[in-house]
Amino acid sequence: MHITNTLQLGIKELRGLARDPMLIVLIVYAFTLSIYTAATAMPETLNNAAIAVVDEDQSPASSRILTAFYPPYFAIPKVISQYEMDRRMDAGLDTFAVNIPPNFQRDLLAGRAPTIQLNVDATRMSQAFSGGGYVQSIVSDEVSEFMYRYRGASALPVDLVLRSRFNQELDKGWFGAVTNVISSITMLSIILTGAALIREREHGTIEHLLVMPVTPAEIMLAKIWSMGLVVLVASAFAFVVVVQGVLGVPIQGSLTLFLSGTALHLFSMTCMGIFLATIAGTMPQFGLLLMLVLLPLQVLSGAVTPRESMPQIIQDVMLVAPDTHFVILAQSILFRGAGFDVVWPQFLALLVIGIVFFTFALHRFRRFLR
Amino acid sequence: MSGSPRASAAVPAVPIARLEAVGLAYGKVTALAGINLHIPSGAMVGLIGPDGVGKSSLLSLISGAHAVQQGRVEVLGGDMADADHRRRTCPRIAYMPQGLGKNLYPTLSVFENVEFFGRLFGQERQERERRIGDLLARTGLAPFGDRPAGKLSGGMKQKLGLCCSLIHDPDLLILDEPTTGVDPLSRRQFWELIDDIRGDTSTMSVIVATAYMEEAERFDWLVAMDDGRVLATGTPTDLLARTATTNLDAAFVALLPEEKRRGHHEVVIPPRLACADEDIAIEAEHLTMRFGDFTAVDNVSFRIPRGEIFGFLGSNGCGKTTTMKMLTGLLPATEGTAKLFGREVDPNDIKIRQRVGYMSQAFSLYSELTVQQNLELHARLFNLPMESVPARIEEMARRFDLMHVMDALPDALPLGIRQRLSLAVAMIHAPDILILDEPTSGVDPVARDGFWQILSDLSRKDRVTIFVSTHFMNEAALCDRISLMHAGKVLVSDTPQAIIEKRSAHTLEEAFISYLEEASGEQASPAQPPAQREAADGAMMSAYHAPSVRNFFNWRRMFAYTQREALELQRDPIRAALAILGSVLLMFVVGYGINLDVENLSFAVLDRDDTTISRDYALQIAGSRYFTEKAPITDYDDLDRRMRNGELSLAIEIPPGFGRDVARGRDVEIAAWIDGAMPTRAETVRGYVQGMHTNWLTQKARELYGDAATIGDFRIEIRYRYNPGIESLVAMVPAVIPLLLIQIPAMLAVLSVVREKELGSIINFYVTPVTRLEFLIGKQIPYVALAMLNFLMLTGFAIFFFGVPLTGSFPTLALAALLYVIAATALGLLVSTFMSSQIAAIFGTALITLIPAVQYSGMIDPISSLQGAGAFIGHIYPTTYFVTISRGTFSKALGFGDLAASFIPLLIAVPVLLGLGTMLLRKQAG
Repeated sequence: MHITNTLQLGIKELRGLARDPMLIVLIVYAFTLSIYTAATAMPETLNNAAIAVVDEDQSPASSRILTAFYPPYFAIPKVISQYEMDRRMDAGLDTFAVNIPPNFQRDLLAGRAPTIQLNVDATRMSQAFSGGGYVQSIVSDEVSEFMYRYRGASALPVDLVLRSRFNQELDKGWFGAVTNVISSITMLSIILTGAALIREREHGTIEHLLVMPVTPAEIMLAKIWSMGLVVLVASAFAFVVVVQGVLGVPIQGSLTLFLSGTALHLFSMTCMGIFLATIAGTMPQFGLLLMLVLLPLQVLSGAVTPRESMPQIIQDVMLVAPDTHFVILAQSILFRGAGFDVVWPQFLALLVIGIVFFTFALHRFRRFLR
Repeated sequence: MSGSPRASAAVPAVPIARLEAVGLAYGKVTALAGINLHIPSGAMVGLIGPDGVGKSSLLSLISGAHAVQQGRVEVLGGDMADADHRRRTCPRIAYMPQGLGKNLYPTLSVFENVEFFGRLFGQERQERERRIGDLLARTGLAPFGDRPAGKLSGGMKQKLGLCCSLIHDPDLLILDEPTTGVDPLSRRQFWELIDDIRGDTSTMSVIVATAYMEEAERFDWLVAMDDGRVLATGTPTDLLARTATTNLDAAFVALLPEEKRRGHHEVVIPPRLACADEDIAIEAEHLTMRFGDFTAVDNVSFRIPRGEIFGFLGSNGCGKTTTMKMLTGLLPATEGTAKLFGREVDPNDIKIRQRVGYMSQAFSLYSELTVQQNLELHARLFNLPMESVPARIEEMARRFDLMHVMDALPDALPLGIRQRLSLAVAMIHAPDILILDEPTSGVDPVARDGFWQILSDLSRKDRVTIFVSTHFMNEAALCDRISLMHAGKVLVSDTPQAIIEKRSAHTLEEAFISYLEEASGEQASPAQPPAQREAADGAMMSAYHAPSVRNFFNWRRMFAYTQREALELQRDPIRAALAILGSVLLMFVVGYGINLDVENLSFAVLDRDDTTISRDYALQIAGSRYFTEKAPITDYDDLDRRMRNGELSLAIEIPPGFGRDVARGRDVEIAAWIDGAMPTRAETVRGYVQGMHTNWLTQKARELYGDAATIGDFRIEIRYRYNPGIESLVAMVPAVIPLLLIQIPAMLAVLSVVREKELGSIINFYVTPVTRLEFLIGKQIPYVALAMLNFLMLTGFAIFFFGVPLTGSFPTLALAALLYVIAATALGLLVSTFMSSQIAAIFGTALITLIPAVQYSGMIDPISSLQGAGAFIGHIYPTTYFVTISRGTFSKALGFGDLAASFIPLLIAVPVLLGLGTMLLRKQAG
């Protein structure tokens, strides 16, 4: 094993990348505009949820409820008829439809406990739950305030003070920005190493290397350090300039610690890229394999939806993916300001997964070259 | 050779092609400059000159494959810059690009390849099959009709390429180095075939580029080129007379400008002095290599003493390269041993590599590094001492005459210089053995002579052992000993002189052809009885009516691409299996895994009151299915630590005196902290906690105040519609299907085009009458079909395996799916028009399908709540509308009438994407 060989071959990789302008444009796009768009597209909390109200009561109480929904959480509610409600929900125009029954106010004051119906389009799961809770508490507040006007306090004076830690405003943009940097890192680290390896084989340059006193391990390490470095620099730029600078996301923890974690993550992802390339024979096969790997990595790593709500088996299987640990690590350091004492298990996990992938990849790589 | 009947005939006056002041540049590199040329019709015209002088560029301009940049190119009486004229003349021109089988499809059989071209020219089935039958019979390929083109030998590939070119009876046949890399026997057969075909269609003009001067002697008219310019034109006898030389090799050298000729002299290699104590440098014993049931190298043995130049001859695919790879340790031999300096070749032995220099057939240095950088990289990799590197590089640069190109990129250099660079790289570490695989293929005579002079010096002065393969007989004659290989076996191995004598032939070429004929057991040409041939030709000439080429859209041409793409897909079952089975697996994993119904949230309580009532409050939360209680929190530090490491999603603090205050009706606050790192989850938690808090209050109020509290009481009844169980699978599966149906078809469609670009077969699109729309739609159809099959599998699995009910109209869903996958593949084709490398294509496709489809298409956040550019993308992205339709038909029991509005954007997307793709796709290179 010669460090200089690895160094020289890595420099060669970097020079090669510098001469593919289209790829560079794509890399720049993935780490700037793509992240910016995604972060700014994410609604802040519940945003502009489409709501409609069927007011069959037409009383002060019902109009009070009607006027309680306003932007930014909800769109201005549409007042619709009972008949329209089904049609509109079917067409996906409304996510929520509140149905206030006839004589609601009379029954309410008479203590007959009337029922307000809240229809939720449960196929829109992200809004269905949080929005449902909001609608419920808004309606309750309005009704109790209405009652208070009539006859003073009756409920218990227990107040619930809710505070969100680490992201007081629950700004989804913060989360979206980080999620997208992570997915760009994942995508790029696999493609740069894997596809480049297949191209080298298709063009015969890999074979040329093998008649020289260079070992497969050196070739692999060269690819890992050079491509890893490119992605590391790109992601550091994305974090400092795009995420912290342009998007103004406050980063709680140490950026150095986070970037060390990223480096470790890149080690395992680039090994995975090489591994996938050795499995796929041709570029089209690699392209498909990539899609089959990227999609679960993106949606099941905990970057899109919380891990703990996934079925146990998925949670367990996804422990093999470096992304899962990286997402935990990123959220802990960036949002919760965790130090090494907290995230060391993730560092360890990434290292172990990286070494396992490296070993596998090296083994396959030797055979791939034959 | 004067076998051609028209060699002496007067060249007709009307030119088939007229070039005026034509120039061509690739970026900064000038390929052609100020070419003025009138190419006579009805003749066999040869373009001669070394590689990289612009022969191929000239041919690609004449054929219409490359766009005219400068000057005027007239072919068959019209301007090639005019698209209408190109469309009209395209069916009259046939173009066979350089490179063995470059425009063939390796996985398709011989018959299927020719058939594809027949379809491209719009021929009907009956006519096509008759023509294919004829052509295959005449070229002797008929017995191999079912063999994949990739498994043919070099000579057979070229014959097949010729069949493909001749399927439509062109008036002008353009052949770009058709015999480079082909063995002498196949070469002779190839030219006989051309003569034969020209014999029956007397009007056909042929333009051929070649690097073999001995071939050029048989042509009617020659164009000698160098450095992007025309040196001379005329008949071969003219040229010989003008230069007062006896052969074209010499004539060409004489035509070169003075400064290029300088230093050129014929190579004479001094005889090798046999040493008494000869040590054997390379030794092969019974080397055998099998790939599956195919034997590439069969029991090959030889011993090469130190300092010998050993030549290796044979056609492509006969096992030369495989043998060389075994010698270098690149391939482990199946049987037998290879020894270098008496030591067995061991792929893991790094030391032996220090003594061997290898130059592979294709240029395999890094085109992204300059000449200097390439030399440096290799010097370092061979561990030359740091301080000696600059001196060694300079020595190599001087020896191989690279001083003036040290900062150039290899791609910008002519092949001859690139080959010298390859040799310099192979020599940088002063090896004792050089293994060279066709080092001079495509290099001009002057450069070749220079190259052999270097080899001669290395062998005689430095005692370097040289193992070299070649197709040139004059080079073979320079070797000390040669071996002729055929079909994995060595036919003969001796000195050139002895071989000629053994066969009592005049030349080495004759001797070899006779060996090859003996080995392959056939005579020169698979001759047909003349009578039968005439009948066939008669039919061929009369029956063919060129279909109207002005046709903007021709179904047959379109289906040519459809069928070919489908066949390729069929031959690559891994790809289809990955696409279909992989997506079913993904649907399961993702549908099952994404769960927005947040459950099992961990929470803990900091209970400073610890009374029945405070415990009751905590119990209320712990009892719900959403939360899992963890060990109580001891203090604020504990709370902080456990939230920071993500252990707790929710922390509740109940103040001291809580129970007492509640009982007395005093104001009291419960504090709850939610982990906001993941906002969606935090919001859901907030909703849950608020709901539970309200519940608890009502319940307590009732306990404390009795019925009085029921005044003002009301209920909110929540109905989760379309998905009453709020099961994630039901909500997600209809959204995952659109996700998978855009990614996979788009990826396949992009690569189907970009791959042709990268591997070169895109040329068929450039030079045949197929239109851009036919090309795109033709390629799209198989992937649409595959995607629909995929759709059926996914829907079937969703319904019958995952139990997601399809409550609405299936025909509506299927129709939408069809439109959607057409849009998805069209999107892929649109992307492909921008990309030229497969890596960028893969990355680009992943970027434009994965992110918008997951984030902006309403799969997780509804479109109505998106903002900015994301919202815009969401509104125009087809996935958005298919998600609505998919959810509508799966969960909402809707039919076509209810969803018509969502069909409109899909209906618009298809023509827009295809239109853009057609507009941006270029029908010519450059």
